Amino acid sequence: MPKPHRNVVRDYAQDLRLFGSPMSKFGLALMIAAFLVLPTVVQDDFWLSVLIYAGITAVGAIGLNLLTGYCGQISLGHAFFIGAGAYVTAKVGGDFGMPFPLWLLAAAGIGAVLGGLIGPFTLRLRGHYLAIVTLGLVFLGEHLWRNLDDLTGGNSGTSVNADVAIGPVDFADLTIFGESYSRNQGWFWLVWALVGLVALLVKNLARTRPGRALQAVRDRDQAAEVIGVRAGRYKIGAFMVSSAIASMAGALFGSYQQFVSPDEWNLLLSIQYIAVIIVGGLGTIFGSVLGALFVGALPALIDRYSDVIPGVQTSVGDSGFISVFALNQAIFGLLIVLFLVLEPRGLAGIWLRIKTYFKAWPFSY
Amino acid sequence: MTTFLQNCFAGLALGSTYALVALGFVVIYKSTGVINFAQGGLLALGAYLGYTFANNLAIAFGVAIPLACASAALVGAGFERIVLRRMVGQPPFAVIMITIGLLFVLEPLITAIWGFDNLQVTNPWNIQTVEAGGIVFGVRDLWTIGLTAAVVVAFFLFFRFTSLGLAMRATAFDPEAALAQGISARRVYAVSWAIASALAALAGITMAAGPGGLSPSIGFIALAAFPAMILGGLDSPAGAVLGGIVIGLAEALTRGYQDQLFSWAGDNVSIIVPYLLMIVILLIRPYGLLGTKDVRRI
Repeated sequence: MPKPHRNVVRDYAQDLRLFGSPMSKFGLALMIAAFLVLPTVVQDDFWLSVLIYAGITAVGAIGLNLLTGYCGQISLGHAFFIGAGAYVTAKVGGDFGMPFPLWLLAAAGIGAVLGGLIGPFTLRLRGHYLAIVTLGLVFLGEHLWRNLDDLTGGNSGTSVNADVAIGPVDFADLTIFGESYSRNQGWFWLVWALVGLVALLVKNLARTRPGRALQAVRDRDQAAEVIGVRAGRYKIGAFMVSSAIASMAGALFGSYQQFVSPDEWNLLLSIQYIAVIIVGGLGTIFGSVLGALFVGALPALIDRYSDVIPGVQTSVGDSGFISVFALNQAIFGLLIVLFLVLEPRGLAGIWLRIKTYFKAWPFSY
Repeated sequence: MTTFLQNCFAGLALGSTYALVALGFVVIYKSTGVINFAQGGLLALGAYLGYTFANNLAIAFGVAIPLACASAALVGAGFERIVLRRMVGQPPFAVIMITIGLLFVLEPLITAIWGFDNLQVTNPWNIQTVEAGGIVFGVRDLWTIGLTAAVVVAFFLFFRFTSLGLAMRATAFDPEAALAQGISARRVYAVSWAIASALAALAGITMAAGPGGLSPSIGFIALAAFPAMILGGLDSPAGAVLGGIVIGLAEALTRGYQDQLFSWAGDNVSIIVPYLLMIVILLIRPYGLLGTKDVRRI
C-alpha cells in the first residue's frame, strides 16, 4: 500500500496519538527547546518571575479545566483549594522540613481529600446551585484561614520555607557543569517541567476511558448514566483530581512566594482562574496553558508598567482614576464577557481555525 | 429578653435588604433562567447613583430614590439587551460567567467614578431612633422594613393583576407557549432585568443611608443574599422574602450572641452564617423551602 499523505488518519489509534502529525512533533520539539533555553536567554528576574507565575497558573488552570471544561462542573471555589495547598506546604515543607516531592504530594493529597468532601455536593447540585455553593466555599475558606492561627498565622499570614530540592538537585540554587543559575532560573525549569507533567497526565486522562466518561457526563449526565457511566463517581473523581492539582498549584505558589496571607485566596483568584480557562479555551489542555500565559501574566505586567498606562493610580492620592487592583479585576471581567460572547472556544479555538486554514490551503473558501 | 428582641429587630432590618435582593434574583431566574451574579454591582451602582442625586445634585431624598431605581433599571435592561440576549440557549456555565464578568467590570467602574472613600448620604432619617418597650428602633431600619413590605406587596399585586405581570408569569412557565400567544419575550426579559435592578438599587440606597455610609464593599451584601434565595427556593418570590428574613435573623442573632455562644468559632463568624445555613438547607431540601422540586438526582 502506498504511503498516505500525512494528513490522512486511517484508524482510531492514529486519531488518538498525542503528537501524531509531523507538525505537532515539530511543535513539541520547539516547545522543549524553548523550555531548555529560555531561562539562559531571558535572565531578567522580573520576566522570569512573570513566566513562573504563569506556569503556576497553568498548573491550576489545567486542573480547573478538567473539572469545568471536560466534566462541565462549575467551581468558583478554586481559590479555596489553592490556599489549602499553600498552607499544607507551609506546614509540611516548612515546619516539618519534608523534601520537595513529599510536600508536593502531601498538598495534592489534602487537596484530593478536601475535593472529596465537597464532591458529594456535586451529585445533588448542578449548574447554578453548584456555582453558589462553591462561591460559599471561598468565604468559608477565608474565614477558616483567618481564624486557624496555628496553621495559617491568622490575618498577618505565614512564611513558607519549603525547599525545592530533588535529591542533590536544588532548584533554588542550581549548578549544572560548574555553571550556577539563579533561583528564578531554577524555578522556571521546575515549574514548567511540572506544567508539562500535569498537562501530559490530564491529556492522557482525557483521551482514555475516564476522560470520555467525563465528557459524556458533561454533555448529558442522565444519558451518560443510562449507557452505563457511573456519573456520580466520575463527578466526585473529577472534583478530587481537580482540587488535588489546584492544591499543587497553591503549594508551588506559596513556596515560590515564600509568604502567604489569607487575603490572597479570595473570589478574585477563583475568577482569575476561570478567566484563564475561558480565554484559553474550555476543554483543551493547550488552551489552559495559552490562557495562563495570556491572563496569568497580566497582573504582574500591569503592576510593573502601571506608571506608563494612562489613568492608573500607582499610589494612594495619585491622579489616576483606577487602581491597579481594580484594573486587573475589570480586565478579567471584560475578558470573560468578550470571549464568551465573541469567541466561546477561546484562544485554542482561534489557533485551531488558523491550523485548519493552512491545512486546507489552497482550497480554503 | 430585650437584647433578644433588639437583635431580632436588627435581623429583620437586615433580612429586609436581603429579601429585596433575593427577590431580584428570583424575578430574573424565573423568567429567563439566569442567576444574576451582577446583582451586587447593580446594588452598589444604585446606591452611588442615589448618593449623586441626593448629595451632589441636591434632589430631595424622596425623589432621589425613585430616580436612582429608574437609572439602575435602565442599566440592568441594557445589560440584558446588549450581552445576555446573545447568550440565550447557552449552557448555564457560560451565562453565569457572563454575569460574573459583568460584576467584575461594574465594580472597578464604580470605584473609578466615585473612589474608595466612605461617603455619607444625606437622608431624612439620619440616625434618629425611637424607643418603645425598652427596645431602640432605628428610624432608618423601620423605613427599610416598611419600604420592603410595601415593595413586596406591590410586587405580588403586579404579578397578580397587571397584564404585564401575567405575561411575565406565562413566559416563566413556558416561554414557547407564551410566544405563541403573542407575548413579547424580549419585553418580558428586559422588564425582569429592570425590576431586579430597581429592587437592588432600592436595597442599596436604604443600606447606604445607614450609619455605615456608602463604600465600594456595599455590593458584598448581594452575595449574602444568594443563601436567602437558595433557602427560599430559586423560583419562589415568597420564598425569597421568607429566606431573606430567616437569613437576616440568623446573621443578626449570631452577631448579637457571638461573645457568649460562638467565641470558639472565630471572629466575625456571622459573615459566614448565611453560607453555613445554605449548605445545611441544600443537604436537606435542595429545592429550598418553597421552591419547585426540579433538582434531578442521578
